[in-house]
Amino acid sequence: MNCTKCKTKAVIGLPRHNAAFCKVCFNGFVHDQVARAIKSEWMFGKDDRILVAVSGGKDSLALWDILLKLGYRADALYVNLGIGAYSEQSHAKVTKFAEAVSASHGVTLHLHTVEQEAGAGIKELAQLIHRPTCSTCGTIKRYQFNRVAIEQQYDVMATGHNLDDEAARLLGNVLHWQEEYLDKQGPSLPASVEGFAKKVKPLYRLSERELAAYAVLNRIDYIVEECPMAKGSKMLQYKEVLNRLETESPGTKQTFYWGFLEKQSRKQPVATTMTEKDRAVLHPCASCRQPTTAEVCSYCKMMARAKTHPVA
Amino acid sequence: MRGLSSPMQIQLSHPARTVEIKGPKKVKELLRELDLVVEAHLVIKGDDLVTEDEMLYDGDQIEIRPVISGGN
Repeated sequence: MNCTKCKTKAVIGLPRHNAAFCKVCFNGFVHDQVARAIKSEWMFGKDDRILVAVSGGKDSLALWDILLKLGYRADALYVNLGIGAYSEQSHAKVTKFAEAVSASHGVTLHLHTVEQEAGAGIKELAQLIHRPTCSTCGTIKRYQFNRVAIEQQYDVMATGHNLDDEAARLLGNVLHWQEEYLDKQGPSLPASVEGFAKKVKPLYRLSERELAAYAVLNRIDYIVEECPMAKGSKMLQYKEVLNRLETESPGTKQTFYWGFLEKQSRKQPVATTMTEKDRAVLHPCASCRQPTTAEVCSYCKMMARAKTHPVA
Repeated sequence: MRGLSSPMQIQLSHPARTVEIKGPKKVKELLRELDLVVEAHLVIKGDDLVTEDEMLYDGDQIEIRPVISGGN
């Protein structure tokens, strides 16, 4: 198989684009897809300060790498969830990557350690509040990334969600007719109320396989092991189903998710409707002042419970 | 060092294990034999990514790396 662009030996085939690329042309393709995402969704500009949410996985480290190579001002935040050896390994991968790019780009890596604040890791916290671990993890990460973005005055927060993540989430929302979540499935969410940072997903045009290939080709040392808490999760099941469909009919995932975005864009602008809805229901948490629909936000409730019911 | 007549060594994940498979075989045939979906895996020979039409031979060291992640 030869590269569609330069005709040298290809290292990856992309059936959904009816193309194959060598390393150089593939890197060009990946950078171009991210640049298109940033421009078409008005995500940020060259003067904006970006906070990248990194986990040590391929997507977030690739995102940080790509943004720096495209000339953006990107720092990162890592949240150590306290999942034993898995967190130790992912933390080490993030630190190693940050040290490597720091020499050439002068970046800052922010760190939040769940155990330091809560006195327990994510698994114990989830048991304490009787919630699934992945959902508890989501609450903590969203809260901490927003907090650091606001406190450190970043213009925008970027996450490594890719095409597979968004297609799987859309499938889950549609299967359960969770229409209220659909507005928040876009790749660029506005800072709708004071206290909320703007959130963007610059990798939504790239598949999980393409991002893993980018990491391997560019020697980005990421954690390959799956999070032990995610085993058997619904998201993984949806992704598996979508990948079986994708293998039989290349382009299924992008048709599904991009088609959804196309339909959404024909409705009233998402940024406007979301801002109106958020302003109607959100107000500052009585404890931390971050926006919430309740008197006290779910993060503060969880921390209060952790402090009054210490985990042995 | 393994002789060329030794089968291919295939490193797999989830759970981590190594299997031996007789070559020669194309990448896509290897994935099909192991019931693995192309879209969810990368195939790495030595340090290099290889495409689905690449021929693999006895003695090759192959890693089949899953690419799917994410809980919430």
